[in-house]
Amino acid sequence: MSEEKKVLIVCSKGTLDMAYPPFMIATTAAAMGWDAHLYFTFWGMDIITKKKSDKLKLAPVGNPSLPMPNILGMLPGMTAMATKMIKGKMKKSNMPSIPEMIKTAKELGVKFHACTPTMQLTGLTKEDLIPEVDDLIGAATFVDLSKEATVTLFI
Amino acid sequence: MSETKPDATVDVRGLFCPIPIVKLSEAIKNYPTGTVLEVIATDPGTLTDIPAWAKTSGNQVLKTEREGTVMKFHVKKVK
Repeated sequence: MSEEKKVLIVCSKGTLDMAYPPFMIATTAAAMGWDAHLYFTFWGMDIITKKKSDKLKLAPVGNPSLPMPNILGMLPGMTAMATKMIKGKMKKSNMPSIPEMIKTAKELGVKFHACTPTMQLTGLTKEDLIPEVDDLIGAATFVDLSKEATVTLFI
Repeated sequence: MSETKPDATVDVRGLFCPIPIVKLSEAIKNYPTGTVLEVIATDPGTLTDIPAWAKTSGNQVLKTEREGTVMKFHVKKVK
């Protein structure tokens, strides 16, 4: 490791497309010798919740980037269809799944922090979270971590 | 610079960001300082990503070659 550099990423979204960027950046930073931290909060907690971690979805509503009229996204089954489509494309281009990204990040030493206020709000306990989670922290610990971070991102 | 023969190869053809960098950083851990690894990739992003990784992790890119869609790098473990 050259000099100690730290990246801290707030993961606030639980949709499939928004789950990738934090892992891409954190795993790459860790591979480059950086200290990498992921702080999961609000819907981002879905990424590290056992029951949801491998079932994240792509939301077609409010997503003008999809190749269909936005209003169709409201129809039943459209979320599942959009999710299936993007997962198929990802598989074709050898893109790792979110559970695989979690495993790789962990192996590289990326730290996983869960947000306690969100847990209180949604009634989650530590047992509901994937075992990769390092600790449960609040905003004060986050601020303390960010104090020494070279880069802090909110995704 | 004289031609250095690589000690081992990391084949990341068909894999995209961030996997080539992850695989390279994992592979290089298994070798002693001074080892030269050859990296074979097809992700065009590696052309800038591997030098950026080397710069930050304190390693050295000795050679970059591009033959069509295939990129070849010689990376020396410095640290």
